[in-house]
Amino acid sequence: MDLFEYQGKQYFARYDIPVSPGDKADTVDEAVAAAEAAGYPVVVKAQVQVGGRGKAGGIKLADNADEVREHAGNILGMDIKGHTVHRLWVEHASDIDEEYYASFTLDRAAKKHLLMLSAEGGVEIEAVAERDPDAIVKLHIDPTVGLDAATARQAAIDARIPERALDGCADILVKLYRCFTEGDCDLAEINPLILKPTGEVHALDAKVTLDGNAEFRHPEWAEYSATEVLDDREQLAKTHDLQYIGLDGTVGIIANGAGLAMSTLDVVNQVGGSAANFLDIGGGANADVMAAALEVINFDQNVASIFINIFGGITRGEEVAKGIVEALSRVQLRAPIVIRLDGTNAEEGRQILADAGIDESVLRSEPTMLAAARTAVALAQN
Amino acid sequence: MSIFVNENTKVIVQGLTGGQGKYHGLRNRDYGTNVVAGVTPGKGGQDVEGIPVFDSVAEAVAATGADASFVAVPPKAAPAAILEAAGAGVGFVVCITEGIPAQDEAHVYNTLVSDFPGTRLLGPNCPGIISPGKCNIGITAGEIAQAPSASGPNVGIVSRSGTLTYQALYELKQKGIGVSTCVGIGGDPVPGTNFIDCLREFEADPETHAMIMIGEIGGSAEEEAAEFIRSNVTKPMSAYIAGVTAPPGKKMGHAGAIVSGGKGTAQGKMDALADAGVKVGLNPTEAGELMAQIVAGLG
Repeated sequence: MDLFEYQGKQYFARYDIPVSPGDKADTVDEAVAAAEAAGYPVVVKAQVQVGGRGKAGGIKLADNADEVREHAGNILGMDIKGHTVHRLWVEHASDIDEEYYASFTLDRAAKKHLLMLSAEGGVEIEAVAERDPDAIVKLHIDPTVGLDAATARQAAIDARIPERALDGCADILVKLYRCFTEGDCDLAEINPLILKPTGEVHALDAKVTLDGNAEFRHPEWAEYSATEVLDDREQLAKTHDLQYIGLDGTVGIIANGAGLAMSTLDVVNQVGGSAANFLDIGGGANADVMAAALEVINFDQNVASIFINIFGGITRGEEVAKGIVEALSRVQLRAPIVIRLDGTNAEEGRQILADAGIDESVLRSEPTMLAAARTAVALAQN
Repeated sequence: MSIFVNENTKVIVQGLTGGQGKYHGLRNRDYGTNVVAGVTPGKGGQDVEGIPVFDSVAEAVAATGADASFVAVPPKAAPAAILEAAGAGVGFVVCITEGIPAQDEAHVYNTLVSDFPGTRLLGPNCPGIISPGKCNIGITAGEIAQAPSASGPNVGIVSRSGTLTYQALYELKQKGIGVSTCVGIGGDPVPGTNFIDCLREFEADPETHAMIMIGEIGGSAEEEAAEFIRSNVTKPMSAYIAGVTAPPGKKMGHAGAIVSGGKGTAQGKMDALADAGVKVGLNPTEAGELMAQIVAGLG
């Protein structure tokens, strides 16, 4: 789960990482109130989960209430790369001497935590990596050992961060690492990490991705999932607890297992179609799950055919077939279904579907994944 | 022969008294797996359909001589369960649990490396391992796996995805091709056992003559495997990578399946494997057909 900047900063503050005083604002009046509380000059920042906000005009400096009004009015409702701005973050503007970069992630290849630190911050780290790879210090951290202040300080020295910023940097790195580990982040990134003329080091931006698997031990995350960016289809799927991702195509997809669902998307694409979604119903392909899945697919106006791709392992074919028959009695579909049922007890399942006397305009069966994909794509294109 | 497990493997099930543990533990036993004990703290002395339950892994191992464990407990309890098995000297631990936090997984992995180098973890979030006719630990439906033939050729399977593992087993069964061992390494970011671990074992296993590898988007495990194959694998291979059409930045069901920053794309993985001499299919069926051609050539 990706956090908005303001949420990331609030999350950082929980771990004592210094951030600028500020507040979120959903209206021009709230923006002015936030600015008055933070103290001028302020920065008015669009809260969207996409890069390049500054270039798009989504980040503006304001010296007084009138300027806040003007900028907030312009930015609220603005479209930045397909993301509409509904919320602002207004914070006290900092004097900046230097800009650095710091992040913690999991390095999957090394199976260790990875600190990336650079004295060249404020720009995309990928660009720095391309121009001057040596400008980025990469330090692997054994999760069973952790990161201490001395190691963090040495990393800052290696990154050619100046003497007067070293202690502040090391302190923030240790706190950011705690936020990353105890806070169950997939990514905790500060860009830029700034050095003020006063010598203080502080986080001017916050990019945080939380590990959804750790939600059970973070009751404080409830407010973040409430603001998660989901389209209407994804919202509906969430209420049914389905693993669903909305896409732009016309073939609705239901499959059991994440790998098979991904593979189904690929096969639909290979035969010239495009998937409307990713949907993994997992191992429990019973009538309730199937009905919910069909309801979500049916809600998508772009869907012109539905491809149900089931491979029975533990999930048995006849259970799936019964689920579909029952689901069809509950949900009135706008698009025809093509099903491929294979694996354990697939024959029995196909028999149940045949015996149910469902019209071919509603449901048809194909023997293989490829044949089913072709039929589903043909139906979608008619 | 087979890899990691065989007909003599003695298995305990951690969480045998729970829903998942009982269902799959008993299925594994029905398949013929030597399931010798269950472990559930506080339920020692009970039994599940004749399988004795112990309070701790150490007690179960002492009483039965078990050398493998099947961890089927919820995400909160799984990290401690894995380390308990390792601490009791169990050499092979299969964890099917889905939804373990990545921080816990990284911690468990590095603890095993530093403190319990004698223990191999398979998973988490994996379907398990099956050596057809000998041993089945996990949730694979045994009936879709073709037993290896004495004369060969037999195929080893290694896969990051559950259902696609079954699909691969099924494709081979329909073609009458025997499987030496099928290993599901799981779709999480820090799997205990990776492609290379399995390929190395398959390469050394005289009963395995060719391998199918099934990968998916995210991370760089397939690229690393390709490097390994280039210089260490002599047996022929086919492969399939799921997620060619997956949009960047979206987790496709598995915690580890995400294309980010242009890295971990299916195309990059397919190219790396093809460069290493692996026959890459565009879908699971094609990978199965390519394997049938390979096997026919070995005939």
